[in-house]
Amino acid sequence: MARISLKVNGTQHVHEVEPRMLLVHYLREVLSLTGTHVGCDTSQCGACTVLLDGKAVKACSVLAVQADGSEVKTVEGLAQDGRLHPLQEGFWEEHGLQCGFCTPGMLMAAYGLLQSNPHPDEHAIRAGLEGNLCRCTGYHNIVKAVQHATKTMAEGTSKTAAPARTVGAA
Amino acid sequence: MYPAPFEYHRAASAQDAVALLGKYGDEAKLLAGGQSLLPLMKLRFAQPRHLIDVRRIQGLSGIREEKGMLVVGAATPYATLAASALVQAKLPMLSEAAAQIGDPQVRNMGTLGGSLAHADPAGDLPAVALALAAEIAALGPRGARTVHADDFFVELMTTALAPDELLTEVRFPLPPAGSGGAYEKYPNPASRYALVGVAAQLTVAGGKVTAARVATTGLATKPLRALAVEAALQGKAADAASLAAAAEKATDGLKLRAAAQMPDAYRRSLAVTFTARALTRAAKRAGG
Repeated sequence: MARISLKVNGTQHVHEVEPRMLLVHYLREVLSLTGTHVGCDTSQCGACTVLLDGKAVKACSVLAVQADGSEVKTVEGLAQDGRLHPLQEGFWEEHGLQCGFCTPGMLMAAYGLLQSNPHPDEHAIRAGLEGNLCRCTGYHNIVKAVQHATKTMAEGTSKTAAPARTVGAA
Repeated sequence: MYPAPFEYHRAASAQDAVALLGKYGDEAKLLAGGQSLLPLMKLRFAQPRHLIDVRRIQGLSGIREEKGMLVVGAATPYATLAASALVQAKLPMLSEAAAQIGDPQVRNMGTLGGSLAHADPAGDLPAVALALAAEIAALGPRGARTVHADDFFVELMTTALAPDELLTEVRFPLPPAGSGGAYEKYPNPASRYALVGVAAQLTVAGGKVTAARVATTGLATKPLRALAVEAALQGKAADAASLAAAAEKATDGLKLRAAAQMPDAYRRSLAVTFTARALTRAAKRAGG
């Protein structure tokens, strides 16, 4: 067993884990943060994408022990004070999902993209989401959702003007 | 828990990593970004008893210019190479190749040293290292040494590194004025590995090619210099006709590795096309 100490969505955690435990299993099974999904399990689909020290990574291809001393952000860390993150709002407004399985990974990959490029054009959005597969939408509405978010973030209209929404409310 | 059980060691320094390698011998594997090793371990194709994590070793990451060389730490991620203004300005072939590896998430973890040491026959950066005549630095119990890229790739996923050596940094000689390089790739649509990848570096003076290094990946069991292309370019005009004629020799003498995706004749044809594209852009960057 190995002792790991890491910050997840702002909360410090210390656990003894098997070195072979994948980060995605640590998040889902130890911390019960099941928003991060296991899709293909072969580092193709991106459903397990989280941010590790500010960079989007596939949590099925990272060991929990590699994250010792790191900061991790998962989809559960996007909404603040019951308000959706502008990216989540974009997926809502632009119908950026159907079944929703890929959505947490899409959101975190898009979040990672916006960290390095806050104003991506359509091509940059598509390139930034190249590591994420969606079998429902054909991607068009996902791109529109990210564009919606970049617009509201640039205008500052998301958190101030958008109606307060509780995550999970219909 | 898909990987077989192992013990995890986070190396504090390059020397520490070498000491751990010496201690655990054949039972140990070095772990950097893990984007090749961890998928192999999940499938249990690899079952090391000890993993030695070198990703966070101070001084093993970073990019600097030094004595006519661009020196890149082995644990530098692809994303850093792709985004580096210094790399883009000095060796655009390296940054554009790094930007085409896998996908953004893979590029945030995978490292230059990992790619070269893993020596996947369809990896992108091994071809770039060959075309740029990189010097690959290693540290082992017998001290530090440097291996030229020409001598580094031995066979399928086999390099000149000894089992107890750590790849520490890669030194790319900065080409003289009038030089240009380019990397062109036809990726596997699913894996993004190169079905064909071509790295070309040219120096042009007075409209003629005075130096050329061209390397391919994805075709054979290891990355290879396209020596027939290089010979055909030497001393010739850097014009479209000469470059196209040289590109025709892209697979001369090359034994194709078996690949189920497409017929051999098509792969050879792709190699010619992508060599021509790489040469054309390299010549343009050289100002030829």
